[in-house]
Amino acid sequence: MDTSLSWIKAYVPELNVTAQEYTDAMTLSGTKVEGYRALDADLENIIIGQIVKIERHPDADKLVVCQVDVGGEAPVQIVTGAPNVKEGQKVPVVLDGGRVAGGHDGKLTPGGIKIKKGKLRGVESNGMMCSIEELGQTREMFPEAPELGIYIFPDDVRVGESAVKALGLDDVIFEYEITSNRVDCYSVIGIAREAAATFRKKFILPEVKVQGSGGDVNDYIRVDVKDADLCPRYCARVVKNIKLGPSPKWMQRRLAVNGIRPINNIVDITNYVMEEYGQPMHAYDLDTIAGRQILVRRAEKNEKFVTLDGQERTMDDSVLMICDGEKAIGIAGIMGGENSMITDNVKTMLFEAACFDGVNIRLSAKKVGLRTEASGKFEKGLDPNNAQAAIDRACQLIEELGAGEVVDGMVDVYTGMKKPVRVPFDADKINALLGTDITKEQMLSYLHMVELEYDERTGEILVPTFRQDVLCLADLAEEVARFYGYDNIPTTLPTGEATTGKLPFKLRMEAVARDIAEFCGFSQGMTYSFESPKVFDKLLLDKEDPLRNAIVISNPLGEDFSIMRTTSLNGMLTSLATNYNRRNKNVRLYELGNIYMAEELPLTELPDERMQFTLGMYGEGDFFTMKGVVEEFFDKIGLRKKEIYDPDAGKPFLHPGRQAKIVYCGKTVGYLGEVHPAVAEAYGIGERAYVAVLDMPAILPFATFDRKYEGIAKYPAVNRDISMVIPKEVLAGQIEEVIENKGGSYLESYQLFDVYEGAQIKKGYKSMAYSIVFRAKDKTLEEADVASAMKRIL
Amino acid sequence: MKEKLQKIREHAMAQIQSAENLNTLNDVRVAILGKKGELTSVLKGMKEVAPEDRPKVGQLVNETREEIERVLEEARKKMEAFVREEKLKAEVIDVTLPAKKNRVGHRHPNTIALEEVERIFIGMGYEVVEGPEIEYDLYNFEKLNIPDGHPAKDEQDTFYINKEILLRTQTSPCQARVMEQGKLPIRMIAPGRVFRSDEVDATHSPSFHQVEGLVVDKNITFADLKGTLEEFAKELFGPETRTKFRPHHFPFTEPSAEVDVSCFKCGGKGCRFCKGSGWIEILGCGMVHPHVLEMCGIDPEQYTGFAFGVGLERIALLKYEIDDMRLLYENDIRFLGQF
Repeated sequence: MDTSLSWIKAYVPELNVTAQEYTDAMTLSGTKVEGYRALDADLENIIIGQIVKIERHPDADKLVVCQVDVGGEAPVQIVTGAPNVKEGQKVPVVLDGGRVAGGHDGKLTPGGIKIKKGKLRGVESNGMMCSIEELGQTREMFPEAPELGIYIFPDDVRVGESAVKALGLDDVIFEYEITSNRVDCYSVIGIAREAAATFRKKFILPEVKVQGSGGDVNDYIRVDVKDADLCPRYCARVVKNIKLGPSPKWMQRRLAVNGIRPINNIVDITNYVMEEYGQPMHAYDLDTIAGRQILVRRAEKNEKFVTLDGQERTMDDSVLMICDGEKAIGIAGIMGGENSMITDNVKTMLFEAACFDGVNIRLSAKKVGLRTEASGKFEKGLDPNNAQAAIDRACQLIEELGAGEVVDGMVDVYTGMKKPVRVPFDADKINALLGTDITKEQMLSYLHMVELEYDERTGEILVPTFRQDVLCLADLAEEVARFYGYDNIPTTLPTGEATTGKLPFKLRMEAVARDIAEFCGFSQGMTYSFESPKVFDKLLLDKEDPLRNAIVISNPLGEDFSIMRTTSLNGMLTSLATNYNRRNKNVRLYELGNIYMAEELPLTELPDERMQFTLGMYGEGDFFTMKGVVEEFFDKIGLRKKEIYDPDAGKPFLHPGRQAKIVYCGKTVGYLGEVHPAVAEAYGIGERAYVAVLDMPAILPFATFDRKYEGIAKYPAVNRDISMVIPKEVLAGQIEEVIENKGGSYLESYQLFDVYEGAQIKKGYKSMAYSIVFRAKDKTLEEADVASAMKRIL
Repeated sequence: MKEKLQKIREHAMAQIQSAENLNTLNDVRVAILGKKGELTSVLKGMKEVAPEDRPKVGQLVNETREEIERVLEEARKKMEAFVREEKLKAEVIDVTLPAKKNRVGHRHPNTIALEEVERIFIGMGYEVVEGPEIEYDLYNFEKLNIPDGHPAKDEQDTFYINKEILLRTQTSPCQARVMEQGKLPIRMIAPGRVFRSDEVDATHSPSFHQVEGLVVDKNITFADLKGTLEEFAKELFGPETRTKFRPHHFPFTEPSAEVDVSCFKCGGKGCRFCKGSGWIEILGCGMVHPHVLEMCGIDPEQYTGFAFGVGLERIALLKYEIDDMRLLYENDIRFLGQF
């Protein structure tokens, strides 16, 4: 929503503020001004001059030398190449040292162009006569401006006065961000009302009076609203003996500065009132309306209709249509039809100001694929009581501008008249909610400024129907607060029962995961929760793999973002690949993010959101580096028992000989491995890459921050080294399981210190050497104790 | 005897003087004080001394011995100090050579911002809670006073799974979930991932993060909301930070406000960073709408509350001066390494 300052001042004549003051104050009272633009920012020293004499330039065929009266003692000499100048014309003149906004080709120069006196082909020129483009405007908005050449003023302007003012360019355009609840502020009047209240000035509504020319509107038209649920009100008036022509300059200027192109008096009045009252209207050529009858009804399924832009549109049965006795003549609230539009030959016109259901208009505009200025207003849900004021205002302007004769009376189909809401007023409660100490009188005076009137008898506030957002005491509190000033409300901290700040266990574990990952050199990445279903093929997943049962987004941003991820791997591999492509070396990344596992599809209940601790790396390090990170993490969160690495992990996206399922206390808690070369290739990672994925909800039940001090050993340890030659398939894990199970209570620790395959060892065998440490808590171990333990192990 | 001792002493002193290193010094000690040393042999010759002279000679011998020992010790210490000195001199390193680092990883800027926010509010007695990212329409909209037909519910903004289930567009559903549990008073923040149907560009992402805050208790006022957020802004952006509350509209709060903080780059004078205004918008907030309290089973006549929501990415981008939101989801280590 934009308005010009001058238009606001039309209703708040006492308003006298700078653009910046207006911006700041309006924003603080709730009408946010996003920015403003002074139309004359780049215009300086431009006045109205009259050409008194034109002579040929002695040395240039295309130039003329003009003597221009600018209200000074003597005329000013200006040389111009413009083809349209004539003696006696009044024109905008920029004098020496002034500025214009741009060139006559319409190109604007930020900061403007400075004009200095000089010589043109040897003849002195002391300024410049301006085209509309040089003044920063367009012929679209100033249709009277000539296609080529200098702008010519009508004769009633006065020489020597400001040309900027005469063109209405001494104005500022404000751009607002209006919140969806303030439908009334999508109009100049609505904003003017707020401005008046903000600056504590008088607000003066236009006085609407239609003279009428006799007759009875009911003799011209009948209106039936079949689907009143979508059309609470339909007002119609008739104008006869239409005289199409241009609208007056003041109206054109107001529309122009608001960015609306002047067309003719009827269209301009409609647009003017739409801006002023926020009520869209439509004009039909009454002679095209069959049976002189209007019927408002839902469309037939697949009904076809040609809108006035010449396009054929297809409806469904939820779209509301305006019809005559035979056919549809408009899509309600969106666009009229080609078959009933106003043409240059129009004689009698039907004016429509209706109120349509906002939600329906929004959905219809989407279905039809046509969003218009009108639908944009209707979809916010307009006040039906505004319709009559607006149509009368339009008829008034028609009379005042001599655009036609208004037939007496209005057809008004209004089911369920909207009445003002009554909200109980309680000053104490408002103060209690705001934490303020404002008197009742003060509050009522604020409310009065925006026409929220107090009914002393009932203690209620009467809310005018244009304020659809005020329904309860909290709403009144906001009205009070914004005119009292949010800035003036004190600042306190909540009192009452003290509460403990807490981070839940799950989040504390995630914090540990971050710490460990970072200590181990991994940086935190973040990837999207949705991805492409093609990911599954990329990861070589079997057609039947349950991971393929992903939740599908019904309206995704495209196929690439269409399913909720069931594995965190794609995000990680994509990130590694990004780094690889950018030639980053030794990359280590981790992510903490959810995957989304559906109980059943289609989804009827919320899915299981499982936090995954995902690690990925390439460059320095190998499988066992990754394994080390996993174990550091387990150790830090209190998983003291030995985890089992089962090489039978069954992950198709990992190297078949370098993957392991991680099992803790019989429960699978994650996996790790080297990325399958085919997968790495598919992602474009040209090095061996390793990943680990830990399923946090599976780990959490085992995790603890409890620690118990076990004492420092007092008695000496006994070391034994063993070396064995065993078949290659036997895993270290299996040997360690034996050491652990058979080592007895004195077993303290063991460590693999050598694995050897080669010349001295039989083919298919390997040599493994362990150092085993025994220790007792309560005595020095004897040879026999150790020997029996070793015997059991061996 | 006396002369003999005198001679030994002089000889010893000379030898100590000329000793070149610790080893020769030790040789001197052995040669004089050792079992077969010169002085020892004098003692052995005590038999030949007349008994009445023995104490005197003995004393003389001891004195000589003590003196030699003392000088020897001094010489040793001096020599040791010299040796250490030499060693230290030889061990000088170039301290400007590169450090040997255990390459520690880096935290995502979003997380750093989140941890800041959490730290501030935990300190004020708030509990951190989480809610589901795939959420019922009921919690994301209905219970927050956003009925069917509300523009905020428009499909343009919301990713739907089906009619009832969607990707949450805000962390606000956590408000409804916590209030429904009925444990009062409430002081909570709820951080998390949210989704909106925006195409990816420098300032938009279809997936981003918010932190929701909610306080419900008796006698909670708008002034409390102002005080709390002012405190928060000062903690987060520095003690000089000023806040500005502007009226705004959210369906689930009334009165509502948007909060600007004084630009932390120019201090409020106006710069390119704050687009000349001196202020930067950081969050939305308001008093919990009585209708929302009611729908969540809390009596609005007895309890009031305030709520706020802040975009984490917004804070991260502002605080760390990141100029393109896409960087946050590319995971280039050259980017992450700067945090």
